[in-house]
Amino acid sequence: MRSLLRWPRTTGLGPATRTASLLTASFLCVPVPSSAQEALRVCADPDNLPYSRQDGGGFENRIVQLAAADLGLALQYAWLPDRRGFVRKTLGAGLCDLIVGVPAHFERTLNTRPYYRSSYVLVQPRAQPSAPASFADPRLRRWRVGVQLVGDDLAATPPGHALAQAGALDNVVGFPLAGEQPAAERMVQALARGELDAAFVWGPQAGYYALHAPVPLRLHYVPPPAGLKDQPFAFAIAMGVRRGDRALRDRLDDFIARRQADIDRILADYGVPRLPEDAQRSDPEEMSAPEPAQRTDPGGVSP
Amino acid sequence: MWAFAAVLLAPAAAAQAPDDGEWRSAGKDPGLNRFSGLAQVTTANAAQLKLAFHFPTNLDRGHEAAPIVADNTMIVVGPFPNIVYAFDVSKFPFTPKWTFDPKPDASAQGVACCDTVNRGGAWADGRFFFSTLDNQTIALDAKTGKELWRTKLGEIKRGESMTGAPLVAKGKVFVGNSGGEFGVRGWIAALDAATGRIAWRAYSTGPDKDVLIGPAFKPFYQSDQGADLGTKTWPAEAWKIGGGTVWGFISYDPQLDLIYHGTANPGPWNPEQRPGDNKWTAGLFARRPETGEAVWFYQTSPHDLHDYDGVNESVLADLAIAGATRKVLLRPDRNGYLYVIDRTNGQVISATPFVHTTTSTGVDLQTGALKYNPAKTPRAGETVRSICPASPGAKDWQPAAWSPRTKLLYIPHQNLCQDAVTSEASYIAGTPFVGVEAKMYAGPGGHRGVFTAWDPVNRRKAWEIREKFPVWSGALATAGDLVFYGTMDGWFKAVDARDGKLLWQYKMESGVIGQPVTFRGGDGRQYVAVLAGVGGWAGAIVAGALDPRDATAALGFVAAMRDLPAATRKGGHLYVFSLQGGGQ
Repeated sequence: MRSLLRWPRTTGLGPATRTASLLTASFLCVPVPSSAQEALRVCADPDNLPYSRQDGGGFENRIVQLAAADLGLALQYAWLPDRRGFVRKTLGAGLCDLIVGVPAHFERTLNTRPYYRSSYVLVQPRAQPSAPASFADPRLRRWRVGVQLVGDDLAATPPGHALAQAGALDNVVGFPLAGEQPAAERMVQALARGELDAAFVWGPQAGYYALHAPVPLRLHYVPPPAGLKDQPFAFAIAMGVRRGDRALRDRLDDFIARRQADIDRILADYGVPRLPEDAQRSDPEEMSAPEPAQRTDPGGVSP
Repeated sequence: MWAFAAVLLAPAAAAQAPDDGEWRSAGKDPGLNRFSGLAQVTTANAAQLKLAFHFPTNLDRGHEAAPIVADNTMIVVGPFPNIVYAFDVSKFPFTPKWTFDPKPDASAQGVACCDTVNRGGAWADGRFFFSTLDNQTIALDAKTGKELWRTKLGEIKRGESMTGAPLVAKGKVFVGNSGGEFGVRGWIAALDAATGRIAWRAYSTGPDKDVLIGPAFKPFYQSDQGADLGTKTWPAEAWKIGGGTVWGFISYDPQLDLIYHGTANPGPWNPEQRPGDNKWTAGLFARRPETGEAVWFYQTSPHDLHDYDGVNESVLADLAIAGATRKVLLRPDRNGYLYVIDRTNGQVISATPFVHTTTSTGVDLQTGALKYNPAKTPRAGETVRSICPASPGAKDWQPAAWSPRTKLLYIPHQNLCQDAVTSEASYIAGTPFVGVEAKMYAGPGGHRGVFTAWDPVNRRKAWEIREKFPVWSGALATAGDLVFYGTMDGWFKAVDARDGKLLWQYKMESGVIGQPVTFRGGDGRQYVAVLAGVGGWAGAIVAGALDPRDATAALGFVAAMRDLPAATRKGGHLYVFSLQGGGQ
């Protein structure tokens, strides 16, 4: 089986991330007429690493900074928590023209071409023996496994459905997105404290928090079981603009096409595990576990 | 003093004693009958009702509160930011008395699942009590609007909010949390009315000691008996985020000395992840008000599959059933059944469907079990059609009224079904997922709302009025044999309590989802008051300006409400009517 998940190379992430906060962006919260278009007006969560933070410290901050510079636009932010109604309260309310990360098939925005693809991955302490090759592995029913729960009504993330289908129920621990820190951060902390044996986490969050974990962690791709309908583990992520704003979408498409390599470098800085562009949205047959050598060694950058 | 006031308000007494003319808490009496003995306005003269007083709140979100009237003061709580307005009703014309701005945390708006509503306050012993969306219960001096105390009870960051109306009894203020959609663990708390100190808090999930289950706990059915069912009926530690919030109305029987409260749906919504009965969610507790100790519990929807919160109010009444007078509670449940339950012990006397129901085939009176229809079980990645009732249930929060004169329960409710379909990818806080989304539509008959008069002894409908939109307002019954309710397209109506004949209606500036009340002013005249201001889960399409093309917005309710924006507009208004109107 080919290994299609591409894992970022080690970089000096900690300090690099902090330098990223030396942004020249102006932080505005007032609506500005979009017709002017001299500014790239972005809505983002003020505290949701690895994506965005009000000091500019997230990878979406860095990518959109690159986009603004490339397109010759000033960068303006409206900061709102990414909760229920985010699109309505941001693009819908005219606060901004761009949301930097949305699924490529997201219905509520007009979307650019995807600029990365990632997958849910299993995060384990490196001290664990081997990783499960599939959901049929009986250890998944014994282990205490964390999953992210999302609104609305705490719908499970796709690995949660896979665990339920595999009969792994008794020891699954749900982590709601609402909380003091991002759910992924709390899950990695629980792994480090030995309260979980493993956790299924969305790739960008898994990669980032594993890099910062106090114990060495391993990321591993477990393919979704074949019987799990319409619950892909892999998602392509694009930028979203207001429906109908084709002009901005086209400019951003052009930016992504020309600067994909630079975007990739930023994603690598944050430990984001990526699937290649030609990978299907969900094709468990084609994907397999990455070799440990191909991925970041979290031990190398952990405190 | 407290016990004395409680006895005066006993549900049995409400029918006979002369009415005090006040409306001190959401349900008027602690039995939540929403029945007033005032009878100046009758079936003979209701057609003469005229507008006496109007006050715009200048707030756009859904207005669900009951105006509270006591000591010649009318007090109204608005939706977020929960500003409180008081009016002097000692003489006509009414005049503004005071306002109070609790300044709640704006981030609370992000965790309210279904519009940022507030269901009002309660008056007792010169104090006015209410809760804010950001989890504070506040006591004001009802004469001056001065803050006496405030107690923070929950965390916005954990997804908690508070929208319910408090109950006050025996010197305690009873409140609960909302937010079952976000992994909240539900609770009810009792605060000392004088100080705001938390006297007790009982959780809806977890070990018996957290649920305040002890030796006095005697549930009627075997399925509710056993140690620590609040953990054993869940996988692993799922009870910690298991829901069972307490955002509905709370009732109190002073003779039995029991409070009754429902518990909302379990989380997560995809039920395959939480095998088991998921105690003590989607059910009904009887507790001692002093200690919170649970006395009995009955689970209306064990292992809830459809978001059938068990929060609907319990209306206390004494009924002649099979030759005996039974102390019962009447509970029109989200799951489609009108339960008549012996409120002394939790025995289900009858459970009769009052709407078209496909998700279950009945209630087994021997075991108490709801008999689910397995064909309607939601499954990840599969479309399940014709789920009736839809997630808001046969009836949601909107409170019913009981008339001891007609022996009918007046139920404002909806007639909705839904398809559960797999959605396109969604993304919240940077986490992608594919949800099961509900798309709601009118049930059989094509009408989305119903106002039903139900005879609980004979277990049948006495009459019904079909409405285009869900009837999302409360109901009010009076000794003039009138029943009042409002519609989401803005009609406030008075109908004959005996046959449902429309006697009077008034078109309001916005749809009505508030709780109508009636009171005697300082001038001795009977007034009828209600808040207009469309919103709530059903009306979020207008109040929140949601995109009508997005069928899944407001958890799927938008699909069923696309024509509401053309029928009304947003904006809060307090209306008061009398036979004399404003020109007196």
